[in-house]
Amino acid sequence: MNTTVRVTMAALLCIGVAACAKKQEVKPAPAPEQPAETAPAPTTGKYTPADLDTDACLRQRVVYFDFDKSEIKPEFQQIIACHAKYLQDRPEARMTLEGNADERGSREYNLGLGERRGNAVSSALQAAGGSASQLNVVSYGEERPVCREHNEACWSKNRRVEIVYTAK
Amino acid sequence: MRSIKSLLAAFALVCAALVAGRAGAQGLTLDIVNGVPSAIPIAIVPFANETPGLPPSTDVADVIRMDLNRSGKFRALPRQDVVELPTRGAEIKFPTWKLLKQDYIAVGHIGDAGGGALRVEFELYNVANQQRLLGMAFTGQAGDLRGIAHQIADLIYEKILGVRGAFWTRIAYVTATGTGRNIQYSLIVADSDGYNPQVVVRSREPLLSPAWSPDGRKLAYVSFERGDSAIYIQDIATGSRQLISARRGINGAPAFSPDGSKLALTLSYEGNPEIYVMDLASRAMTRLTNNFSIDTEAAWMPDGQSLIFTSDRSGRPQLYQVPVGGGTPQRITFQGEYNARASIAYGGKQIAMVQGKGNVYRIAVMDRSLGDQYHFVSPGDMDESPSFAPNGSMLLYAATEGSRGVLYAVSEDGRVRQRLVLADGDVREPAWGPFRQR
Repeated sequence: MNTTVRVTMAALLCIGVAACAKKQEVKPAPAPEQPAETAPAPTTGKYTPADLDTDACLRQRVVYFDFDKSEIKPEFQQIIACHAKYLQDRPEARMTLEGNADERGSREYNLGLGERRGNAVSSALQAAGGSASQLNVVSYGEERPVCREHNEACWSKNRRVEIVYTAK
Repeated sequence: MRSIKSLLAAFALVCAALVAGRAGAQGLTLDIVNGVPSAIPIAIVPFANETPGLPPSTDVADVIRMDLNRSGKFRALPRQDVVELPTRGAEIKFPTWKLLKQDYIAVGHIGDAGGGALRVEFELYNVANQQRLLGMAFTGQAGDLRGIAHQIADLIYEKILGVRGAFWTRIAYVTATGTGRNIQYSLIVADSDGYNPQVVVRSREPLLSPAWSPDGRKLAYVSFERGDSAIYIQDIATGSRQLISARRGINGAPAFSPDGSKLALTLSYEGNPEIYVMDLASRAMTRLTNNFSIDTEAAWMPDGQSLIFTSDRSGRPQLYQVPVGGGTPQRITFQGEYNARASIAYGGKQIAMVQGKGNVYRIAVMDRSLGDQYHFVSPGDMDESPSFAPNGSMLLYAATEGSRGVLYAVSEDGRVRQRLVLADGDVREPAWGPFRQR
């Protein structure tokens, strides 16, 4: 969608909506990040910090989990592999793995669950070439939901580990 | 243009301040959800104002009425059905109250005690035999009247039921207001009926798991203000606080021992969440659990000899009991696929917990003196954090309604529920404080 089309669409929307603010931006609703299906980590050459913003795989920074589970699902192995390679290529890189749970059940148990998920990602990254000294796990339990409705669609977005680079 | 923008920004700030102020002033509102017909009928006659000035803003009789109703044990005569207004025992016409089918009647009056203080006198009578059961006086400032009313409710409760009342107690809870970057967490202490909320801690980062010291002077809690979880103990009156644990990983689920000398806590710095007991004087730590699972949410048995905790060592969370000296934990819950967050009453005979089945989480109470029978005291779907009153007669828990969290007080049989709603924001993590010393 080019800029002209966007502007036109925005204008049309503004006509339709009485209380439309002038600065309203028309962007597609942010879809939950989907793991890349076919974006193999480069096998030749080393990652650089610029790749964090441009590489299709490295830009994926969230691993999602099943309810009360901490096993990494096969569709997220690709993400693990490219971030592990980045850690290997950039020994000075550091990351924090922020573990989260959905709202169901008790808050303190969910702190434990978030940590278990963070540790699962940490172990997988280490198994794929990352080093323990590069990795830090923090659990927020159910305290930092990205979605606040009370249904499975929302819960599935909250059961996650976010990969946060603290040094590139 | 720029000045208009800054003007708008200033206006927005003022608006935000006004909204915040309003929310603080409104505090909690109360709502009876359902009643219980078998409760004891009692008439609480409005207390007469015998001061030279205007009547105090607190309706003492109304506070007592609400307390007794909330317990589920009493059915206070509604104000509009109180047809006569005796202020002293000698003025009570017993046939009237017999006709109204009242078992008990309380009367009282408020006078000037000098120096700005008020003197509240009350009497409790048995309607059937016209016997005077109680007669007492309290002196305090106008601001103390709600506290005095709660103490009177406690005395009535104890005289009639033979069990100490728990209305003159405090509760702690956490609120979250705002969204996104503007979210603000507050740890709040209020009266047992939700009135007089006072902010104890404010933070931009999550606060959770408040736990009372047995003397009611301190709260232990978990704060994420350092980025990761840390446990603090704070003196409620002075606001001074100590950092208790900020080890790597989880620092969570603090619980004071019944004698106040120790703190149970959950730490994961040795690999995964385990239960530890810290001697608060020496800070010496004892590790109680050793299992490759989540062990957390320790709650002390009232004798201080063992603890109940949540563990998913069997696959899903269940409750276990472990001696304070260490040993093999014994599983104690076998009904329900998800049992967590124990709260203990009646010397350990009653254990409340969050029980989950599918997507429905309710508060269940297990009676260990009745062969581990369970009964539910909350309807679901997303109920959590049960906390018994110190006399076991009621529980607080957190529920979700629409998009926000609310607190409920429920009678131990689950038949009377009252919602404590914050005007604005999300309320969670209730903890019922201990008895107060008169």
